[in-house]
Amino acid sequence: MVPKEKLTEQLHRIVSDPGRILTKETDLVSYGYDASFGFYKPDVVVQVKSEEEVAAVLKIANKLRVPVTPRGQASSLSGGPLPVDGGIVLDFSQWKEKLVIDSEDMVAVVSPGVITADLDHEAEKYGLLYAPDPGSSHFSTIGGNLAENSGGPRCLKYGVTKDYVIGLRVVSPQGEIIRTGGRTVKNVTGYDLTKLIVGSEGTLGVITEATLRLIPRPLASHTVMLIFDHFVEAAKTVTRILTSRIQPAKIEMMDQASIQAVEAFKPQGLPVDAEAILLVGLDGHPAAVADDAARISDIAKKMRVRSVKVDHSEAEARELWMARKLVSPAIAAKKPTKISEDATVPRSKIPDFCQKLQDIKKEYQIDLVVFGHIGDGNLHPNIICDKRDREEMKRAEQAVEAIFKAAIELGGTLSGEHGIGTMKRAYMPWELTPQELDLMKRIKMAWDPNNILNPSKIFPVAGPKLVQSR
Amino acid sequence: MNEDPREKLDYDATFSCIQCGSCLPACPTYKTMGTETQSPRGRINLVKMAAEGKITLDELKEPIDLCLGCRACERVCPTHVAYGRILESAKVAIREHEQLSPVKKFQEDLYYNQVFPKKNVMGAGTNLLWFYQKSGLRRLAEKTRLHHLLPECISTFEEILPSVTSPVRRHRRPSRIAPKHTPRFKVGFFTGCIMDALFDRINDLGMRLLAAGGCTVAAVGGQTCCGALHNHGGRTQQARELAKQNIKAFETESFDYVVNTAGGCGAMLHEYPELFADDPSWKARAEAFAARSIDISELLARLDLPLQKEIRRRVTYQPSCHLTNVQKVVDEPKQLIRSVRGIDFRELDNPDFCCGSAGIYNVVHFDESMKILDVKMADVKAHDPEIIVTTNPGCLLQMKAGIEREGLQDHVRAIHLIELLAEACGLEDGVKK
Ligand SMILES: Cc1cc2nc3c(=O)[nH]c(=O)nc-3n(C[C@H](O)[C@H](O)[C@H](O)COP(=O)(O)OP(=O)(O)OC[C@H]3O[C@@H](n4cnc5c(N)ncnc54)[C@H](O)[C@@H]3O)c2cc1C
Ligand code: SF4
Ligand code: SF4
Repeated sequence: MVPKEKLTEQLHRIVSDPGRILTKETDLVSYGYDASFGFYKPDVVVQVKSEEEVAAVLKIANKLRVPVTPRGQASSLSGGPLPVDGGIVLDFSQWKEKLVIDSEDMVAVVSPGVITADLDHEAEKYGLLYAPDPGSSHFSTIGGNLAENSGGPRCLKYGVTKDYVIGLRVVSPQGEIIRTGGRTVKNVTGYDLTKLIVGSEGTLGVITEATLRLIPRPLASHTVMLIFDHFVEAAKTVTRILTSRIQPAKIEMMDQASIQAVEAFKPQGLPVDAEAILLVGLDGHPAAVADDAARISDIAKKMRVRSVKVDHSEAEARELWMARKLVSPAIAAKKPTKISEDATVPRSKIPDFCQKLQDIKKEYQIDLVVFGHIGDGNLHPNIICDKRDREEMKRAEQAVEAIFKAAIELGGTLSGEHGIGTMKRAYMPWELTPQELDLMKRIKMAWDPNNILNPSKIFPVAGPKLVQSR
Repeated sequence: MNEDPREKLDYDATFSCIQCGSCLPACPTYKTMGTETQSPRGRINLVKMAAEGKITLDELKEPIDLCLGCRACERVCPTHVAYGRILESAKVAIREHEQLSPVKKFQEDLYYNQVFPKKNVMGAGTNLLWFYQKSGLRRLAEKTRLHHLLPECISTFEEILPSVTSPVRRHRRPSRIAPKHTPRFKVGFFTGCIMDALFDRINDLGMRLLAAGGCTVAAVGGQTCCGALHNHGGRTQQARELAKQNIKAFETESFDYVVNTAGGCGAMLHEYPELFADDPSWKARAEAFAARSIDISELLARLDLPLQKEIRRRVTYQPSCHLTNVQKVVDEPKQLIRSVRGIDFRELDNPDFCCGSAGIYNVVHFDESMKILDVKMADVKAHDPEIIVTTNPGCLLQMKAGIEREGLQDHVRAIHLIELLAEACGLEDGVKK
């Protein structure tokens, strides 16, 4: 292990502003967590602001074999930015200077610390849209979104982050500066390194700039709320809508437990005996969305919907979405700890998956609410518990495992959008064969022979499976 | 007091933080200082760490001191973390932990025990200030360049301190005003110590506005400082005593409302019940008091004000953080501004970003405060107003400082909402310099 002083001394030679190298105890413990579980203290935090700085830091770290963990705003739900092996946290959150919109090429060129919603806000000025809309878009960085290949409600229609990246500037773990892709939508020159870096959770290279695709911003939107007595009818209605030549931007679902939690928290007049609520968001030409809204109402009526509400104004739309927005605060009001899962199944398996979830809830006696992006099979089963209650946490951990197992058995995946990080690495062998895992490991080795960049992530390590408390 | 001061930290409340990071963009100190340590999520984690003995209270002090206490984080938090409670608990713990040096203790006592709670001494204090301004001592200080020996913070604020009303005039305010017709509401008027010492004219206008809107207004005797500065300084016991005195003072008559003109004080009055968590009988009295206590804009918005005069000005509004985030009064002041004929109202892009005044933050942490003010002034300048309306004396002073700092004093002024409305109602030339 390299002495801390030697490391910081070298870092000071690279970064001109000493204020961007943090070594105080209070600073170090502030970069040891994210929105998931687990806490690890780095030896030093470097707030980088240029490609040259990043390259120089990585060169030194590679030479001294010091682990480096990239970090955006640490909103990851899978432990991605945690400095598990200590070393350097490379903080990108303050590098947000560049945000250039080219409306002719319909691209945005951004530095990694730009907040996703700020980018979309800027694009709006040109009548353009940056489509990926993770729930954290107001506080997460583009760098983090790219590294996790984040999704959002709107990806039912528009796809996920990787569908909008056309070029990157990346620094390799050895400190080499490389470019991938370019400024054109079409590009088949060589292997697609862009797509390899996207979703690699900061383990293969560090993103220092991204060229992102923008699309025309839809003119109008509409929201339809559908309330169902039975969950199965809600699930069938989703399929019926999507096979009726309608492409909603998003379809969000709240299960009965979510409805009840919201009503107990801030009554919205939702029926607590209903098994599911669907919120369908439409966007496009005003005439088209109005027509789609009417057709969805008709379809739902044929599917034995209990009630249908269509918004008539922006205020009404906001009111309808309020129910969904309140789910998180409502469940947080019950108990402090929230384990937010994102295991995902093929759309056709949603009713089976939901049934399994209810069985798991009973078997492990856990407080479980299910809501999320039903349109693309990416539900969010949330276990509500209290970190301080060890016995309850034990049951919660077992339930999480059961959820993973159920999703994989139904042909789904461990993670739809939050990433593997430290949280799910132990379960990788459940989904991937040894050959598949080995191939991934060899890719990691090729990029990072000394295993200094975000080590201890993605690949299974020995030790306890779940890291749920400090 | 042999108890470990760390016991005072509200450890339990820290568990409701799920460390999501939603609050980061709302935090002014995170924006200007750029480290997680100076963010709400960071501070909550540090309090937790201190409670667990992983860092010391000495280490906790700096990030807690540098927090503005604006509570913008609390408003955006999806899980409603009680940040205000966590912050106050940290202040109490740090204060108990610190062995105050005798000199510092003397100064602090003078400040918190002698000056703020005693209106007559505050009067004397401002009398001194007035004397200083009028007597030429100030000019002497300037001539001898003594002035320049003062830290930059004092001289900046000296420039913008309103010329304090002479003591004789100050004490002439009638303590009770009745409307011309049968009163709609009976209102107790909370004057606040800083507000009354520096801006008693605004308080006068506030009372007259309420009367013009059909209320009987009484500035009851026996009221004192709200205790906010004490509470934010970790002096809960003193805050409690002041709260009791105020509650008693306003119990002497049956008021429909107790109205204040300072967002910061109003927030404290609103949260009086929290001071008495362990004292059921006082808690009930505090709840009754808090239920009637409102910001003047809330009541004015419900009255029929005799708005007659047109004011053709470009106006923006800098809300008081505590009015927005604690009392949750957001629309009424804007509604009142818009109700004045002729006004071209321009909302700031980021009104909820603190101006950096934050109690005595701008004096104690001058440099940090000015960086926050610079962000605010950039937003202000982008909207090119002639008038900046505020709802709290601290914000008012800070915005005046911002105007000076940017060299805008020739064409921009900061005023209290009451001054604008008083002018529109023809009560006084409130908007004129
Ligand atoms: C309330 C809430 C809602 C959420 N909603 C969603 C959602 O709807 N959809 C979704 O997909 N996720 C969601 N998330 C998860 C999280 O916000 C995303 O994963 C987000 O992309 C993380 O961004 P960040 O800036 O916080 O990155 P961090 O959490 O700091 O880092 C995430 C990963 O990116 C790596 N990284 C960061 N910057 C770089 C860089 N410049 N170069 C290389 N690697 C880098 C890190 O090493 C880490 O592995 C949510 C989280 C919360 C708390
Ligand atoms: S928004 Fe609330 S829960 Fe999230 S990090 Fe901030 S204080 Fe914690
Ligand atoms: S109170 Fe204000 S300054 Fe303090 S952490 Fe919250 S938002 Fe930041």
